[in-house]
Amino acid sequence: MTRPGLELRGIELRVDGQTHIHPVDVALAPQGFNILLGPTLAGKTTLMRLMAGLLKPTAGELWFDGRNVTGVPVRARGVAMVYQQFINYGHLSVFENIASPLRVARASRDEIKARVGRIAELLQLSPLLDRRPAELSGGQQQRTALARALVKDAGLVLLDEPLANLDYKLREALRDELPRIFADRDCTVVYATTEPTEALLLGGHTATIHEGRVTQFGATSDVYRRPADLLAARAFSDPPMNCAPVLKRGGRFELADVTSWPAERGLAALTDGPYTCGLRPHRVQPLAGGADGAIRVEGRVAIAEISGSESVVHFDLRGQTWVSQSHGVCGYDVGATAAFGLDVSRALYFAPDGRCVGSAED
Amino acid sequence: MSGRTPNQKAWWLVLPVVVLVAFNAVIPLMTVVNYSVQETFGDNQFFFEGVTWFEQILHSSRFHDALQRQLLFTAIILAIEIPLGVAIALAMPKRGAWASVCLVLMAMPLLIPWNVVGAMWNIFALPDIGLLGHSLNALGFDYNFTRQPFSAWSTLIAMDVWHWTSLVVLLAYAGLSSIPDAFYQAAKIDGASAWAVFRYIQLPKMKRVLMIAVLLRFMDSFMIYTEAIVLTGGGPGNATSLLSIDLVKIALGQFDLGPAAAMSLIYFLIILLLSWVFYAVMTRDEAH
Amino acid sequence: MARISLRNLRHCYRHNPAAESDWALKRFELEFPDGSANALLGPSGCGKTTLLNIISGLLKPSEGSVWFDERDVTSLAPDAREIAQVFQFPVVYDTMSVYDNLAFPLRNRGVPGDAVDRRVREIAAMLDLGDMLDRRASGLTADGKQKISLGRGLVRSDVNVIMFDEPLTVIDPQLKWRLRSKLKELHRRLGITMIYVTHDQTEALTFADRVIVMNDGIVVQAGTPVDLFERPQHTFVGHFIGSPGMNLLPATLDGGVTRFAGHAVQMAAAPGAAPVGAQLQIGVRPEFVSFAGTGIPVNIEKVADAGRFRVVETRHEQSTIRLLVGEDTPLPSERAFLRFDPSFTYLYADGWRQGGEPG
Repeated sequence: MTRPGLELRGIELRVDGQTHIHPVDVALAPQGFNILLGPTLAGKTTLMRLMAGLLKPTAGELWFDGRNVTGVPVRARGVAMVYQQFINYGHLSVFENIASPLRVARASRDEIKARVGRIAELLQLSPLLDRRPAELSGGQQQRTALARALVKDAGLVLLDEPLANLDYKLREALRDELPRIFADRDCTVVYATTEPTEALLLGGHTATIHEGRVTQFGATSDVYRRPADLLAARAFSDPPMNCAPVLKRGGRFELADVTSWPAERGLAALTDGPYTCGLRPHRVQPLAGGADGAIRVEGRVAIAEISGSESVVHFDLRGQTWVSQSHGVCGYDVGATAAFGLDVSRALYFAPDGRCVGSAED
Repeated sequence: MSGRTPNQKAWWLVLPVVVLVAFNAVIPLMTVVNYSVQETFGDNQFFFEGVTWFEQILHSSRFHDALQRQLLFTAIILAIEIPLGVAIALAMPKRGAWASVCLVLMAMPLLIPWNVVGAMWNIFALPDIGLLGHSLNALGFDYNFTRQPFSAWSTLIAMDVWHWTSLVVLLAYAGLSSIPDAFYQAAKIDGASAWAVFRYIQLPKMKRVLMIAVLLRFMDSFMIYTEAIVLTGGGPGNATSLLSIDLVKIALGQFDLGPAAAMSLIYFLIILLLSWVFYAVMTRDEAH
Repeated sequence: MARISLRNLRHCYRHNPAAESDWALKRFELEFPDGSANALLGPSGCGKTTLLNIISGLLKPSEGSVWFDERDVTSLAPDAREIAQVFQFPVVYDTMSVYDNLAFPLRNRGVPGDAVDRRVREIAAMLDLGDMLDRRASGLTADGKQKISLGRGLVRSDVNVIMFDEPLTVIDPQLKWRLRSKLKELHRRLGITMIYVTHDQTEALTFADRVIVMNDGIVVQAGTPVDLFERPQHTFVGHFIGSPGMNLLPATLDGGVTRFAGHAVQMAAAPGAAPVGAQLQIGVRPEFVSFAGTGIPVNIEKVADAGRFRVVETRHEQSTIRLLVGEDTPLPSERAFLRFDPSFTYLYADGWRQGGEPG
């Protein structure tokens, strides 16, 4: 039951001579999530509006289920969208909110009742159907908006940072549920987010976006583990990835004034010269005792943060800021010197033009 | 990020407004413009006069006097109503049942038809039987608004203040209630005095609505007619003949349609000009 | 600077509280040591803002008293308490310059001009406001305005306590982490007692040496970030702190042995005797569950890849148990056994942890 789904063929958007979206060629996965990952203002929302048909591309074609829909107006397309803000009709009950797209489509009473009931069940809204949106928690309001988007069985569902305005515990709960909610639905799902962890946990496919350009598209864990270039790798790292300039010389990588390590396996074949070594924050671990296989460095702690079950430490190493992320809660005194282990065996290497030329995993 | 597809059909939605404005503003105004450059003696006979009427009016001392009276009247009522309105708004309770009661009481004068306001004050102020007039005379004041210009002016101003201060109160109150509690709490904690709270929190937050209040009160007081004509009829003599009253005397009393039309236009331009000056001065701060 | 004690405190917004649930703050005692960095952490509606307003004097408690050192300040007005407070949304005096905004609390108290100038410039430098002192406050972005609010809170050196009420709500995410740790640093430099109210665990745990977790009008735990993570005193703390939260499994207790679905589970502390009729639960964080050769048999239901680790959802009968597995650790086949780390496994009765403190 593979449908072709949504396909962007050379879609491009220029406004007043400025390029907002660089030409994109992407065939979205018809099943599972298609995640647009990038920082605020990277162009995720614009891309979504192009997909929905709310914006007309300057060039390129949009194909849906094997049909060119480029000029087809939004209303005729079967698109549903959920926004970051909880958009509901304040004067209508939850039931009427969910039923509104069906009323517009002039569905029969019985059908409306049955379909709203089913969707409410799926989104755990059944006991709340008589309430008004203002009487709901943020999570329930966003569930209502989701239910309204899902009830009309649109072929394309666009979710624009739907969890961004929720407190983190509610965010966690709804994020866990989303894959289940969409599991049996026959629709293409596009999901925009700024958070790499959210993208990873939702799985599916991911397109990393940087300044209006899709830098990579592929299965989420592939994009995370084998980034095509520095931009894609950076988009997929929060806290930010450590990017250190290294020099390859005589079979070794040298990190100026700090340390050097051998270029192993595929990396040995790289030509000598400057590279950027990308080390994700969790590859830099605080060292209590010895460094097992990792390179030991000492730096001055600049920022120490604790987020429930994780600790993030920014430290200064010869004028460059490094970030370490570790599990558990460890307090650091700002200004103190601490030891960290760099696990360079899992580093990514980028050529001066940004291309990823190798990872130790290859 | 914008880039909507233009939809020309939307212009049709504007059409009703265009028609409405044409009928109730543009067409009457053009009629007046037409009259202002012609002379008529009835029988629908018109003779072109050019700018004669305009010259005549701009040079007439009668017009100058009326304009001066008008400016004085407006200046006085602005000087009273704005501070008084703000003061009342500040004194009103911020929430609870009393707030609603106050608001209703405040709104009452605004709900009374203008000619009724004039009639009420006329009876109220009559020196022989009116409560106000009689009381004042009983207290030893020599008060008679139909005979003494000063009494007439005081009564006219008192009436306008009574009638319209509520509008300023309501606007100022709306401005005040838009100030989040956090501002008052912060001021308390910062150790700010009551005056500092007014000067740095309440006044800046009320600025926008006060601007609208000043503009509305300016325009309305400049165009005052009904209440004044019912109360004093412009008298005694010409003492309270404000611009609008004078205009009607010329147009309907003497049936000088040409000069009256020219005067209307001049009147209109003065209001337009002064309103613009007010607006420009008051919004100057926000430009940079 | 002062030590702040709340004694026998209780608050209700209604005049005649009937049920226990009418109380926004249920009776408690709390102490904030002199010069400490504290956070009040909890979901919206848990009573943390009520508590803050009682300390600042904007609200008078229904019962109990507030003490600054040896002085009862319960009936003192906010300006008489010598405190500073930063609010959730920026409070700036629009018509004043940034400089005058910062100087306002000092000038109101008649601090001499040169002392004002010195202090304003010092605080402005700490908050990177130094180059915009002459600008009018109204023209700044929300970030900038909130920095002014922070500055006004920090500018007085003689205050008893500085309170922050969700101060980073309006700050752009890219700037948040910078300000988060800046506040921590400012606390170190100024040494004033600070109380920080938030629903965000990262803000609370990063800022505070002591985090007070509140839920439903009571304090469920007050402790260091490590305490909250490793020794949650209440199931709510286990759930609220950490992501994903603590696993909670139905338990029975007989003869000092805690059992989950018939399997004996070793606890960090001997649970002793639990209250009769209480709901018993075993609490263990996903971090402290691992696959083992023997133990509790489970089926693996779902694996979510978070990059640096995987969240594995397993099932034993009706209970879902989550565990975190490292990126490079291979997963067992569908049928597997779980082991709970005994040092971090606790028994909870009606939500509260049983047994003494582990060594």
